[in-house]
Amino acid sequence: MHPRQAQTLIVLPAFNEEESVEAVIAEVFAALPDMHVLVVDDGSTDRTALRARKAGALVARLPFNLGVGGAMRLGFKYALEHGYSNVVQVDADGQHDPAEVRSLVNALDRADVVLGARFAGGGDYAARGPRRWAMTVLAVIISRLAKSRLTDTTSGFRASGPRAVRLFAETYPAEYLGDTIESLVIAARAGCSVTQIPVAMRPRAGGVPSHHPLKAAAYLGRACMALLFALARPRATLRGQEITS
Amino acid sequence: MTATSYILGIAAALLTLAVVIEMLRRRRLRERHATWWLIAGTLALIVGVFPKTLEWAADVAGVAIPINLVFFVSVVILFLVCIQHSSELTKLDDQTRTLAEQTALLELRIRELEQNTQSSIEADDQ
Repeated sequence: MHPRQAQTLIVLPAFNEEESVEAVIAEVFAALPDMHVLVVDDGSTDRTALRARKAGALVARLPFNLGVGGAMRLGFKYALEHGYSNVVQVDADGQHDPAEVRSLVNALDRADVVLGARFAGGGDYAARGPRRWAMTVLAVIISRLAKSRLTDTTSGFRASGPRAVRLFAETYPAEYLGDTIESLVIAARAGCSVTQIPVAMRPRAGGVPSHHPLKAAAYLGRACMALLFALARPRATLRGQEITS
Repeated sequence: MTATSYILGIAAALLTLAVVIEMLRRRRLRERHATWWLIAGTLALIVGVFPKTLEWAADVAGVAIPINLVFFVSVVILFLVCIQHSSELTKLDDQTRTLAEQTALLELRIRELEQNTQSSIEADDQ
């Protein structure tokens, strides 16, 4: 077995996911019996935490909703405090296939952050129209910044290696799109390498993302704003011992 | 200018200063939040007592109608206060977020400790 697997913490940010969380945890345990699972209940008002605990996961409960970025920083802090080297983010809505986690973790051999990319060949997930263009623009800019070809920068299915975990435990942003775009910019500018591998994405349990042109335009605008500010902010530095390779 | 409006100007400035200083004294206002209000109150008092200073300042700044200088300075001060509040709010937001994370981590730790003691008590009973 790969030595990385046992030091990996799977973090599931969950906000009002009582319908799906139990099934997702069961699936994760079935696919990855050697990994630990932390569910971050992001201020849910339903029984997400109870269900997750019943399913056998560790559950950290935030007193109020902080968004995916807030939930993930908690996950990174927990991982750092408890000596996990790697963190894999898996959504609690069942969109991400736990069977793909191993290939994400294995790819950490050659990068600090590994994205599970939805358009890179695996699966048949597709976005159309302005939303697609927005994703393309973001991918081009962030690829250039990270000096690596990335096609799906807004993917929430991602693995972070030891250097990225240390960085993200301090700096993971909670703002809109911070958990996707800005976190990549922070990682790239702090000197972490980013790569992607193709993954298949399953349809979301609850509804599909909106393709309304106005909403897509607003998304593009906000994404560009987020990107610009991420680039304009002071560079985050990776503290602690440097891993020289 | 009539005597009433002269007195009104001074009274308003004094009232502003009195309220701010009293709140500072009772620790209802931190001094870093009071700075702009104190500056505004002091300026208003100076202009209230010596209206000539306003005309002089308007002349120096090249403002044709002196009252426009008053409006301009007021807007600038209100703007600075607003910016300061937004920035403080952001800072509080960050601090709340960190506190929320810490409570969540502590709660998780307490739960683990409770389970450990529970199981060790059960082990002792047997």
